[in-house]
Amino acid sequence: MTMIHKAPWFWAWVAAIAAFCATWSLSAGGAGGTALAVAALTFGSFSVMTGLGQMLVITMGPGNTDLSIPATMTLAATLSLKLMGGMTGSAGLIVLAGLVSALAIGAGVGVANFALIRLLRIPPIIATLSASFLYQSLAIWSNRGLRIKPPQVLADFTTGRALLGIPNLAWVALIISFGFWVLLNQSGFGRRISAIGQNPRAARLAGVPTARVSATTYVICAIMAGLTGFLLACFSGGAALNMGAEFLLMSIAVTVIGGSSIAGGNSNVPGIWAGALFMYLIVSMLNSYGLGAGVRLLSTGIIIIAIVAAASGRKARL
Amino acid sequence: MRSVSPRLVLPVLSLTVLIAAVFWLQPRAMSYVGINLLFNLAVPIALATVAQMIIIMVNDIDLSMGAFVSLIACITAAILPTDPALGIAMLVGCVLVYAALGALIEIRQLPAIVVTLGMSFVWSGAAVLILPSPGGTAPVWLTAIMKAKPPFVPVAIIASVLIATVAHLIVMRSSFGVKLRALGGNARAVSRSGRSTVLLRASAYGLAGIFAMLAGMALVGLTTSGDANIALRYTLLSIAGVILGGGEFTGGRVSPVGAVIGALTLTLAGSFLSFLRLSPDWQIGAQGAILILVLAARLVVRQAEKRS
Amino acid sequence: MVVRTGDDQTGAQAVPVVELLGASKSFGALKALDHVDLRIAAGECLGLVGHNGAGKSTLVNLITGLFAPTEGQVRYAGAANHLEAGIRAISQEGTLCPNLTVLENLSVVQRDLTGLGWRRRAADRIRSALDVIFPGHRIRSDSLVIDLTLAEQQMVEIAIGFADGLRPARLVVLDEPTSSLDASIAAQLLAHIRRFCAEGGAVIFISHMMGEIFDTASRIVVMRDGRLIAERPAGQFTRQGLVDAMGHVTESDVQPSPAALARALGDKSQAILRTPEGIEARKGEIVGLAGLAGHGQAEALARFYLSQSSDWHGAARPAAAFVAGDRKRDGLMPIWSIRRNLTLAALDTLTRWGLIDTAKEAAIGAEWQRRIGIRTPDMGNPILSLSGGNQQKVLFARALATTAGVIVMDDPMRGVDIGTKTEVYDMIRHEAARGRTFLWYSTEMDEIRNCDRVFVFRNGTISAELEGDRISEENILAASFQFDEDAA
Repeated sequence: MTMIHKAPWFWAWVAAIAAFCATWSLSAGGAGGTALAVAALTFGSFSVMTGLGQMLVITMGPGNTDLSIPATMTLAATLSLKLMGGMTGSAGLIVLAGLVSALAIGAGVGVANFALIRLLRIPPIIATLSASFLYQSLAIWSNRGLRIKPPQVLADFTTGRALLGIPNLAWVALIISFGFWVLLNQSGFGRRISAIGQNPRAARLAGVPTARVSATTYVICAIMAGLTGFLLACFSGGAALNMGAEFLLMSIAVTVIGGSSIAGGNSNVPGIWAGALFMYLIVSMLNSYGLGAGVRLLSTGIIIIAIVAAASGRKARL
Repeated sequence: MRSVSPRLVLPVLSLTVLIAAVFWLQPRAMSYVGINLLFNLAVPIALATVAQMIIIMVNDIDLSMGAFVSLIACITAAILPTDPALGIAMLVGCVLVYAALGALIEIRQLPAIVVTLGMSFVWSGAAVLILPSPGGTAPVWLTAIMKAKPPFVPVAIIASVLIATVAHLIVMRSSFGVKLRALGGNARAVSRSGRSTVLLRASAYGLAGIFAMLAGMALVGLTTSGDANIALRYTLLSIAGVILGGGEFTGGRVSPVGAVIGALTLTLAGSFLSFLRLSPDWQIGAQGAILILVLAARLVVRQAEKRS
Repeated sequence: MVVRTGDDQTGAQAVPVVELLGASKSFGALKALDHVDLRIAAGECLGLVGHNGAGKSTLVNLITGLFAPTEGQVRYAGAANHLEAGIRAISQEGTLCPNLTVLENLSVVQRDLTGLGWRRRAADRIRSALDVIFPGHRIRSDSLVIDLTLAEQQMVEIAIGFADGLRPARLVVLDEPTSSLDASIAAQLLAHIRRFCAEGGAVIFISHMMGEIFDTASRIVVMRDGRLIAERPAGQFTRQGLVDAMGHVTESDVQPSPAALARALGDKSQAILRTPEGIEARKGEIVGLAGLAGHGQAEALARFYLSQSSDWHGAARPAAAFVAGDRKRDGLMPIWSIRRNLTLAALDTLTRWGLIDTAKEAAIGAEWQRRIGIRTPDMGNPILSLSGGNQQKVLFARALATTAGVIVMDDPMRGVDIGTKTEVYDMIRHEAARGRTFLWYSTEMDEIRNCDRVFVFRNGTISAELEGDRISEENILAASFQFDEDAA
C-alpha cells in the first residue's frame, strides 16, 4: 500500500520532473532553472486551482464535467475588479470586498449550474455549456471593453514571492490543495463524492444524499473558478474576455494526467500538481524548440488524448 | 407514410414565429435580397448542425466541431485553390481521422467529450499551422456556388432544403442510417444481431466528418477567406441547433429536418436580436438563453403529455 | 437420474434443429448448467419450466449463441452457427430499439434488408408476420416503437422473431412472451405457435402460465439446479407432477422456521410499515417476498426504500437500510477498501465537523468483521479481493451497522455459498429478535423458509400471503405459477 510508485500520481510526477529537466537543459545551458521553476509554479497554480474544482466534478463519474469554468473565471474577474475599481477607502477592505464578490459570483454560478442540471434534467455538459454563454455575455456587458486595473496591493501580491522565494500564488494554491486533500480523503463529503462516482445507484441505495452532494460539488467547482479568475486578473493586470479560455481543457487535462479516473470515483490531489506542472513545462519545452502556437496546440491535444486512451478504457462512457 | 412527426412541431413553430417577428420588425427583409441576407450564414451552420446531430445520434457529443470546421476552412482557403490535389487529400484525411476517432472511442470505451475536447486542440493547432494569420482565398467555383443568384428562391433556401433532404435520406430513410440510429437506441441489440459496433461508430463519425467538411467549405465560399478561429462558435451553435430541432441527447432520437430548421432558427435569432437593437454583448448570451428556454419548454410539454 | 421418455421416438422421426451434447456452463464457481443433453427437433414445441436459477436462461443463451458452453457442445444441424441455423430469440430484456420504427427494427436483425426498396420489403415481411400471428392487430409498420403500448411492443418482438427473412425461422425461443399481452392476444400467439410447429418449425416456450405450457407444448422439460430433471411428452405431466418435479421433493417436509413460532409478534394490526403493493410488517418480523424473479418484488422494495430516504438529507438515523443482491449494480464500491464499503451507510455517525473519525471507523470495521465473520487479514484490503460471499457479508454489515429499524434485502444471497448463508441467517434472526424488521426478497426456497410471513408476487401484484406452517415450497410454487386454464 505504501509503495510510492503504485500511487496514481507517481508517473505524472515522473513526467513532470522529466519535462522540467528537458526544458531546463534546453534553456541557455541550464542557467534559468530558478526562473523556469518560478514560472512553472506561478502558471501552474492557476491550472491547479481550476483543476481541483473540475476534479471534484469529474470524480462524480461519467457525464459530469463543468464546461462553464472559463466563463465563470471571466465573469468573476470582471465584476470583482469593477467593484474594487469603484471603491475608495482602506486597501484591506477593498481587497476583501473583491475577494468576497468573486467567491460569491462563483457560488451563484454553481447554484445556477446545478439548478439547470436538476430542473431541466439535462446532461451537465449541456447545462454548463449553455449557461456559460450567459455568464460570458454578462461579463462582456459589464466589462464594456474597459480594462480595470487591480488594486496595487493585489497586483503586488499575485506577482510576488514573499516566502522562501516561492511565488505567493503557489502558496495559495498549496493551501487550497491541502484543503481539498482533507476534503477528499478525510471528510464524509469526499467519501460520498467518490461513492457517487463509482456507482450512483448503489450510493443512493446506501443512503447517500446524491442531489445534495452533487449540488455542493458544482458550487465548489464554480467557486474555485471564480477565485482563479480573480487571482488571474490581478496577476495579469486586469480581466480579459478570453482569459479563461485555456482553462477549460486544462482543468480536465490536469485531472486526467494526474491519475484521476475519468470513469469517476478515484481522484487525487498531488496528481493535479504534477499534471499542471507537466502541461506548463511541455509548452515551454516546445517553445524553447522554437515551435509555434500551432504545434503547441497540436501536441497538447495529442498528449491528452493519448493519456486518456492509455489510462482509462473500459466502462467510462456517458 | 407518416405525417409530420410531432418532434418537428415545436421547431417549426419557433421558426415561424421568429420569421414573423423579423418581418414585422423589418418589413424590408421580406424580399429576395433580404431573405438571402438573413439566411446566408445558415448554410454552413446547418451542415455543422447535421454533423453534430449524427454524433449525438450515437449518444456522444462533439466539442471539437467548431475547431474542425475552422480547420477545413483553412485548408479550403489556403491550400485548395493553389494545390487542389493536396487540398483534396487533406480534406479526405480529416474525414478519415474523424472516423478513426469514432473507432477509438468505441474500442477503448472513452468519454467522447474528453476525446473531442482534446481533438479541438489538435484541429486548432493544425489550422494555425496551415494558416497562421487570417487570409487565403476561396476557390472560384465555391464562391460561385455560394453566391449564386438563382431566380425566385435565394440560394440559402435551396441549399437548406437540399441539406435537409440529403440528410433525411441518409439518416432516416437508408438502411445504413437505420443501423447508426440503432446504435444510439439500443447498442446491445445491435451487437447481439452480430454487427460490429466499432465499425458503426466509426461510420457515424465519418459521416459526421463529411458534413462538417462541407460546412467548412461552405463557410469559406461565403467569407472568401479562412481563419483558424473562424468557426469556433459552431460547437455551441451545432449543439443548440440539434436541440432546437427536437433532437434528444440520448437514445438516438434525432431529426435531420429538425436540425436544419434549428440551424435556421439560430441564424435568424441572431438577425432578430440585432434588429431589436440588442447590444452585441448579449448575442452569445441570447443563444445560450434560447437553448435553455427550449429545453425548459420541451420539459414542460413532455410533462403535460405525460399527465394527459 | 434424468427421467427420459419419448425422446428417442420424436428424435427419430424428425431432424434435430439444435442439439446439446453434455453442455455445461459455469460462471466462476457457479455451475449454471450441468451436463445437459437435449435435442430439439423440427415440428416440436418444447415447454421449459423451472423455478428461479434453474438454468433456463443459461440454456437459452447457449442455444442462441450468446454464450459458448464451458464444456460439451451445442450443435446446429447443417449450419455453423445459430444465425445460419435460423434460430431466433425473444428475450425478456428487450431487443427492440425504441427510437426506430417497427420495420426499421426488423432491418437491424435481418441483414439482407438493404438497397433500393428495402423499406417496402421490410414492411411486407413484418406486416405479414403480424397479420398471420395477431390477426386484427392495429400496429403500423412505420410507427415508432416508443409510441407503441407495452403489449404492442411485445407483439412486434414476437413478429420479428417469426418474420420471413433470408434464412427462415426454424427455432424460435420465446421467454415469457405473454407477460404484457392480454388473454385474447396471448391465445392468438399460442394458436400461431401450434400452427408454426405443425408446419415444421420448432419453438422453445418458457412461461410461468402453466395453462399456456400445457396448451402448446408437445414436450415439457423441467429444470432444476442447472440440470434437466424431467423430460416427458406434455400429456404425461400433471399439475402436481410439475410442481413436484420443480421442487426439492425430499425436503418438502421441512418445518416452518422455529424463530417465527418462538416469538410473539403481536397481532397484524400492529404493522409498522405498509407499502402500496400491500406488503405489511410488524416490528421484529422477517417478511419474505417470493415468486418468480422479475414479477415486481425488487421494484416494490426499491420504491419502499427510496420513499424512506432522501436525495437531499443524509440521516444519522435512517429509517431503512438496503442490502443489495445484484452486488455489482446496486451495492459495491469497487475501488474502495472493505472497511470503506462497510461504513458507507453509517458515515453520518462517524463524522465530527464533517471529518471522519478514522479510529471509530476502524473500530466499527473490526466489530463487524468479528460479528459477521468477514474473512480477510486486513479490512483495508480492496473489497474485490474478497470472495462473493464475503462481499455480500460486507453489504449486510453496511446495512446492519446503521441504526435503521427496517432492513430491506433485495435477493441478497445470489451466488453465495451455503456456509455464508447459514451465518447470515443466524445474524438475521439475531437482529430480528432485537426488534429489527426485515423485508426479504428471495428467489431461493430455503431462504423463504426463514421468514415469519411471506408475500408471493405474480405479475407485479401479491398473489398469496402465507404465514407460519403455510410457508411451504408447494404453496409458493402454486402461487408463483398461474395454473387456471381460463387465463391462457
